[in-house]
Amino acid sequence: MEELFKERREKLNIIKNLLRKPKEEKKTANTSSVPEGLYTKCPECEQGYLSEDVQKNFYVCPGCGHHFKITAADRIQMLVDKDSFREITPRLRTQNVLGFPNYTQKLSHLEKTTGLNDAVVTGVAKVGGCRVVLGVMDSRFLMGSMGSVVGEKITRAIEYATKRRLPLLIFSASGGARMQEGIISLMQMSKTSNALAKHNAAGLLYISYLTHPTTGGVTASFASLGDIMLAEPRALVGFAGPRVIEQTIKQKLPEGFQRSEFLQQQGFLDQVVERKKMRATIALLLKLHAREAAL
Amino acid sequence: MSIQEAEAKVRKIDEEIRQLEQKDAPDVDLATIKNELEKAKNTILTKAYANLSSYDKVYLARKPTRPNVRDYIENLFDHFFEQRGDRLYRDDCSIIGGIAMFRDMPVTVIGHQKGKSLEENLLCNFGMPNPEGYRKSLRLMKQAEKFKRPIITFIDTAGAYPGIEAEEHGQGEAIARNLMEMCNLTVPVISIVIGEGGSGGALALSVANRIWMLENAVYSILSPEGFASILWKDSARAQEASEIMKLTAQDLYAFDIVDVIVKEPMGNLNEHAEVIYAQLRDLLGNELTALCRLSERALLEQRYKKFRSIGDCSGI
Ligand SMILES: [Zn+2]
Repeated sequence: MEELFKERREKLNIIKNLLRKPKEEKKTANTSSVPEGLYTKCPECEQGYLSEDVQKNFYVCPGCGHHFKITAADRIQMLVDKDSFREITPRLRTQNVLGFPNYTQKLSHLEKTTGLNDAVVTGVAKVGGCRVVLGVMDSRFLMGSMGSVVGEKITRAIEYATKRRLPLLIFSASGGARMQEGIISLMQMSKTSNALAKHNAAGLLYISYLTHPTTGGVTASFASLGDIMLAEPRALVGFAGPRVIEQTIKQKLPEGFQRSEFLQQQGFLDQVVERKKMRATIALLLKLHAREAAL
Repeated sequence: MSIQEAEAKVRKIDEEIRQLEQKDAPDVDLATIKNELEKAKNTILTKAYANLSSYDKVYLARKPTRPNVRDYIENLFDHFFEQRGDRLYRDDCSIIGGIAMFRDMPVTVIGHQKGKSLEENLLCNFGMPNPEGYRKSLRLMKQAEKFKRPIITFIDTAGAYPGIEAEEHGQGEAIARNLMEMCNLTVPVISIVIGEGGSGGALALSVANRIWMLENAVYSILSPEGFASILWKDSARAQEASEIMKLTAQDLYAFDIVDVIVKEPMGNLNEHAEVIYAQLRDLLGNELTALCRLSERALLEQRYKKFRSIGDCSGI
């Protein structure tokens, strides 16, 4: 886990958080000790590239096509029509029902360093001129785990979409339910899925877009329930984590197991979509489902 | 004294009683001594049960001698007709289901199947379902809806099975589908946590209008071992994890997740299970009547609100 955060902190330094308010940006600059890197090393092909080139290439390795993890803000920036994003329910707070030691402090600290309220950003935006309700998870925040705030924000976003008869698009990136909130986290799986049941019954479109990694309780709830199921290349997607499976069956897992391409072969994904085609793909899908267009 | 220590003492006393009975000693007042020993046994158990820790409850909830779903079906319903298979791939024996009569009402009954012996457990995969189990349960629930039968589910699993095939066949999708579809079922759904309620694998059968829980059952986000392993990288700290996880029936009642706590007798549950069955017959009788009176809309709304209100976050 430490390693993951270190890796992400490093990445953070080359990636400007475009939606962050100037005041918070300053704080981030203060807390990050590593200077902005000119070069980015790809963890997959282990080659160094100019950070600027990586960024221009949608944070995809120019050499091997590895998709770097990106912040919610960067994804939104890449995806939506200029200046069309408006955040909904930006500030919620967990009750910390288990009274888990240091949990509240940890959250406050993460809020400061990431500028996020929790592991998901929700809002409305336009993509290719079509309005859509958006949920974008950010794995920098406790591995993108789903506690009560993530569950509540996603549920409110879904309910917002149902009420206004809008399509819904959620990008998942999550280690699953959040341990620190115990059974309350688990129940967010049914809460979000039930909200989707209503959105679904209203005849509205839900696009689920899986990104690396999506596992556990998020895979076993809203992330798997899209009318259209998409994923980024090579994203790890599964219910049980690879380590848990290996420990259970006492053998090594085959190469490519639980990756997007594997999931597609197994019949659980419509398409694996490269990041540079993300915007066009979403715009097309929204257009194909637009009621106005059909009239 | 932990419940396991108490049980060890009780076993010792039982052994003493057996030895006394075998001994042919005419000058000993066997009845009186036996009576004293029984009293001592009772005192030990009463004390242990009055001070159960969360970890004690994890132990009790997992005890293989606990009544399992088949015991409940046999004792609460008549004419159980088992239905097998998901109609897609195969039959998963870790979830069983079928139609039965509760008094004069046909109902659909579904539950996780744990075995009481190793042989039984190998057949039902220790009550840990693959996706086929969840798809079978959804098939039965949809059918219950078609024939307007209330659905009663029994929760008793360590969790969904983490295996290669399970992932290949979409374990996450199968659980998610249940969570979404159960929300719109137009018939009453009642879930009873009879032993171990583990993670998404348990939740996938418990999107219900009512959730009841046995006094010493547990229901949690993950096993205490898994919880400790994720948070502290040390599964041996399961006992410590149990104490902070808030996984007992009493905890879940306080969170408004559980509606009724079903009292459990002390000691060997198998011998005294009738105490549990009697409460459940009464509860089912009352609640099924009440829920069947609700309109479909009210039924759906009640179920939605039950889960919608969990994890309220005040704005800041
Ligand atoms: Zn590369």
